[in-house]
Amino acid sequence: MNAKALLLALLVPLPVLAQGFAGLGTTSEGFALPERRELVFPADHGAHPEFRVEWWYLTATLTGPDGTEYGAQWTLFRTALAPGEAGGWDSPQVWLGHAGVTTPDRQFVAERLARGGIGQAGVQAEPFEAWIDDWQMQGQAAAGQDQLARLDVAARGADFGYELHLSTDGPIVPQGDHGYSVKSAQGQASMYYSQPFYRVEGRLDLPSGPVQVTGQAWLDREWSSQPLGSDQTGWDWFSLLFDDGARLMGFRLRDGAGGYSSGTWIDADGTPSALPPGALKLTPLTTAQVAGRTVPVEWRLELDQYGIDVTTKALNPQSWMAVNPPYWEGPIRIEGSRTGRGYLEMTGY
Amino acid sequence: MIRAGLGALLSHWRRHPLQLAMLLAGLALATALWSGVQAINAEARASYDRAAAALGQNRLDRIVRSDGQPLTLADYVALRRAGWPVSPMVEGRLPGLSVRLVGIEPLTLPAEARQDGLNGAGDLAAFLRPPGLLLANAETARRLAGSALPTVRLDENLPDGVALADIGIAQGLLGRGEAMDRLVLAPDWSGDPGTVVTGLVRRSAEQQGDIARLTDSFHLNLTAFGFLAFAVGLFIVHSAIGLAFEQRRTMVRTLRALGVPARLLMGLMLAELLILGALAGTAGVLLGYLVAGALLPDVAATLRGLYGAEVPGTLSLRPGWWVAGMGIALAGTLIASAQGLWHLWRLPLLTAAQPRAWARARGRALMGQAAAGSVLLVLCALLVLGRPGAGLWAGFGALAALLIGAALLLPLFLAAATRAGGRLSRGVVAEWFWADTRQQVPGLSLSLMALLLALAANIGVGTMVSSFRATFTGWLDQRLASELYLTAADEAEAKRLTDWLAPKVEAILPIVRVEAVLAGRPGDIYGVADHATYRDHWPVLEAQPGVWDLVATGRGVLANEQMFRQGRMSLGDRIDLPDGALPVVGVYSDYGNPRAQVLMGLSTFDKRFPDVPHLRFGLRLPPEQTEALVEGLTRSFPLPPEALVDQAAIKAESLRIFERTFTVTTALNVLTLAVAGLALFASLLTLAGLRLPQLAPVWAMGLTRARLARLELVRSLALALFTFAAALPLGLALAWVLLAVVNVEAFGWRLPMEVFPGDWLRLLGLALVAAGLAALVPALRLARMAPARLLGVFANER
Amino acid sequence: MLLQFEGVTKTYATGDGVLRVLDSADLSLAAGETLALTGESGSGKSTLLHLAAGLDLADAGTVRLDGTDLAAAGDGGRAALRRGTVGLVFQQFNLIPSLTVAENLSFQARLAGRNDPTWTGELARDLGLASLLGRYPEQLSGGQQQRVAIGRTLAVRPRLVLADEPTGNLDEATGDSVIEVMLRLVAGTGAALLMVTHSARLAARLGRRLHLSGGRLR
Repeated sequence: MNAKALLLALLVPLPVLAQGFAGLGTTSEGFALPERRELVFPADHGAHPEFRVEWWYLTATLTGPDGTEYGAQWTLFRTALAPGEAGGWDSPQVWLGHAGVTTPDRQFVAERLARGGIGQAGVQAEPFEAWIDDWQMQGQAAAGQDQLARLDVAARGADFGYELHLSTDGPIVPQGDHGYSVKSAQGQASMYYSQPFYRVEGRLDLPSGPVQVTGQAWLDREWSSQPLGSDQTGWDWFSLLFDDGARLMGFRLRDGAGGYSSGTWIDADGTPSALPPGALKLTPLTTAQVAGRTVPVEWRLELDQYGIDVTTKALNPQSWMAVNPPYWEGPIRIEGSRTGRGYLEMTGY
Repeated sequence: MIRAGLGALLSHWRRHPLQLAMLLAGLALATALWSGVQAINAEARASYDRAAAALGQNRLDRIVRSDGQPLTLADYVALRRAGWPVSPMVEGRLPGLSVRLVGIEPLTLPAEARQDGLNGAGDLAAFLRPPGLLLANAETARRLAGSALPTVRLDENLPDGVALADIGIAQGLLGRGEAMDRLVLAPDWSGDPGTVVTGLVRRSAEQQGDIARLTDSFHLNLTAFGFLAFAVGLFIVHSAIGLAFEQRRTMVRTLRALGVPARLLMGLMLAELLILGALAGTAGVLLGYLVAGALLPDVAATLRGLYGAEVPGTLSLRPGWWVAGMGIALAGTLIASAQGLWHLWRLPLLTAAQPRAWARARGRALMGQAAAGSVLLVLCALLVLGRPGAGLWAGFGALAALLIGAALLLPLFLAAATRAGGRLSRGVVAEWFWADTRQQVPGLSLSLMALLLALAANIGVGTMVSSFRATFTGWLDQRLASELYLTAADEAEAKRLTDWLAPKVEAILPIVRVEAVLAGRPGDIYGVADHATYRDHWPVLEAQPGVWDLVATGRGVLANEQMFRQGRMSLGDRIDLPDGALPVVGVYSDYGNPRAQVLMGLSTFDKRFPDVPHLRFGLRLPPEQTEALVEGLTRSFPLPPEALVDQAAIKAESLRIFERTFTVTTALNVLTLAVAGLALFASLLTLAGLRLPQLAPVWAMGLTRARLARLELVRSLALALFTFAAALPLGLALAWVLLAVVNVEAFGWRLPMEVFPGDWLRLLGLALVAAGLAALVPALRLARMAPARLLGVFANER
Repeated sequence: MLLQFEGVTKTYATGDGVLRVLDSADLSLAAGETLALTGESGSGKSTLLHLAAGLDLADAGTVRLDGTDLAAAGDGGRAALRRGTVGLVFQQFNLIPSLTVAENLSFQARLAGRNDPTWTGELARDLGLASLLGRYPEQLSGGQQQRVAIGRTLAVRPRLVLADEPTGNLDEATGDSVIEVMLRLVAGTGAALLMVTHSARLAARLGRRLHLSGGRLR
């Protein structure tokens, strides 16, 4: 096992880490723990180095001029080898970037690694900017405004790249209880908020040439120090953007038994309603062989309280993020009681 | 029939066990030397590959500052933020430990340079976080033990003498602040880093092959040795097989008369030879492994010292050697037996058995051989003189032609020498002695050729290595003329240092450098002060009159030999330089540097490159004050250890290195001579039996056995002496071709040849000892031979 | 007596047991005398000759050459006697292949330190070798080679010539002419001759004749 693989094992955020997390044990030595408090902006847009892991996670469902559907992902992870920050190479912070573009028949993937403390990667709350190497998520809002309201996002890999311009009038949506999101029956939790209302326009650079795209995007911000419960083996996470403007975030943490599912219903005006554990029923319908594993690529989601009974279907069942450790992440199409598009992340298969 | 036939053929060996032993020993030794040398080469090469791969030096381009200054963190981050896949490295010697510490940044290190030494998530965190971890192999770890350094984690993939640490940890251990020596660039990235950060240049991976090229020269020597050793061994095999065939003629004829088909007989003999070859090959590979194992620590030490390349002092038996070793053993057997098999094939069945001395048959070929030898020598001369610059293969061709040609001419030379000896001698015994010696030449010629090649190789390679040492140490003396070399971190420190030093030393000589493309090749321009240090010491090969005045006043530059030769320049040619061309007014030797280099006066340099700060200085002072000055400097300034270089220390290190080179060379010399001695022994032993009819009458006429035995001994010594006389010019020619042809073709510089007559005397002594030892057993046998055996000559029906 | 055997016994170990080739043999030969030694193949004729030349030593009894007990003379003493006193002519000629005819002729005389070019020249002439002096042995016929061997022996002016089947390898006519010249020259020098032969015809030409059988001389 090479250094990078090990580092990844150390770095990868909660959902991905659910599979085998031997290196860190189950305690959070010296790290801060999530607490029930109000989110504070713009400060909370920036990094929380006293927490073990944190991410800025953007997924976009896009459409080309010919109607072809695409998906794009831009993620910056932060992990701390020790709590706090220090200057230069002494910084305990390590940064990891993942970028992906999904087309109906291809999945493009790139990753970047960087040390904290030297300026190669980082996040600044105001004016908002998150970056690793030449990948950027740059706020365009004026001082005092919502720093996440307008973002320019760019990334590139060996065979692809993109530039996306994001804007929204919608509010920032706290997940869980005012941003305190419980992840297991034992009480593991994270701090979690989202901006699920972005409009997107931009350009994908693909081997076949540039493609102008428009669409929608969803940004997740989450930080935590608590690993998952020791029995939790993987994670299925959905962000659903219904055509009528409502949004649904739902996840299921798998364990030996029934698992732990939860989520947030978001009205079209941005009003969130935390779902009680188990309210959202997630059922795999069809699986596909992806990179030698069996992965569910069609799901049935039921949420009786909101009359939701939909199936989701992957745009490209082979939306495999071939990083280390690898996971599945790609755009989905929603059909059933409501229609729309969304993103699905599955780890631990 | 097959069984009976094979049984009959093999019975010969039962009757002549010594012959069998010689055959097997010769083949085994030849294979051993060959595969031993190959093993050393292969192991060393594998180590470089590992070392180069470990640091990504073989495949990865690097980015450095054109002014030679270290890179800063800002340079690195600027390139990363511009999307460049670069990773920083810092490197330095750990003081007092002779361990090179390389600082890497594991997160960005390109896959090509990646290390596998971290074995758990906790390790990586420990590696990155203070106090950090060192990665090193067991040998290096042993050297690091006991010092106040971070914990060492073993990684046997790392080359000897290298420790890895995180860049931040390494910068701290080396006292380098935030300095980085280079950025390695992942493959498939094009672009000019100068557009991102001014002053950064890119160096392609190919430009960094200096270590490989230098070590290649060492391996070239070893390979030549291995080849010669094998050739020498083949002579033994050839004579042993030839004799066995000759002695079995009657048996073969009888077998055929009894109805064994010739084809089957040939097949049987071939099978017999292959079985013997396989046996000897197996022994040879194992023996070669032992030889290599015994020599490798010295080779490793040599390469470490000589070129800074690390080879572990241990050896693993690679499957490839088995294949190569067995292959060469079997091929050698077949080559050596081709002639014998051919003669047997053509053996007429009905012709009466004619006593035909094996030696005489060889004798008849004398003139033919000599003619072929002459043709080869002419070919060698044509290759060397006819087309200079014809390439490395022409050089090797010339070497081969020279050696084979000389070997073929040897019998003629020995015949002439013994004839002259006979003419000069007085007394009947002496006359008989010379006449009889001449008689022996054809029979001994093969083993004497082996001795010739062994001696010539010794002289040639010895001369080359000695010349290399003499030249290189002389060059070190010249190039490192200043007592101390000092590097400042920045101009402010430089100013403080020079102010402090000014009253304490005789001279402070700034040394400045920029990179530039020179005559179409990547190279460096140096600026040097006008000072006696250069005028008196610089190794100028060729120059216009008043060269240093021309350089000091900006009317010319000096060029290094590589650039001068490869650019086919002559003095006075103008060379394009930034800010205008200047004439080349002199050439200097610059061994071991693959890059082009130009030396200009300091004032000219400063005018042309005003941005380059004066940070390096040569300090002149009485040598005995060096130590005190170093102490004072390090007390007064926070200088990192590599900022101060003591030239005496460098020279001492270099000399130690060459002593190690000699250990290896000497060991191989002695082994090769031993093989040649064995060849001579085998020939003498087999001839001893054939010679009885010639010796018995002389004994019958009144020479005692003891005297005859002494004469046999003297004969062997005389032949060795003559062979040495022939080997001396051959060896010198060999050295000349190596130094002046092969070296120039391979590495671009020519080494002046120096001769070491003392070495020759030692070698002559060794050759005589070998010949004496080889003749001792046959001579003792003769001295103690029962008269009945001698009488047998008179009584036997022949 | 020039050569004297007293009770000489010589045995050889063979596959069938001990072979007694000489059994208390007595023999004496005066200066200038010629003696033919005949016997069956393997009867020990050559052994007797080798003992006389000091090439081999007896198991019992004494062999005296010119009054010297060969057994007591030591290797060096015997070699000196072979150089100066005894001349040997072999069936196989045993010339030295690396030396010319002229060099072979004078070889033993020079070894003995008494080379007389005039005498050697006379011998060469008498032996019919004058035109062949520059040749090498391998370039000569068998008869010519044996003449060289005889010349080599006589050049020393030995007091005793020992010849072992000197014509054994030659056809009858050649052999006769070689014997002719040898006897003439031996007589001319006054040397004694002990010649081993199986030919009664040749034996008859010598002064005395002894037959060796069962280890005894008759």
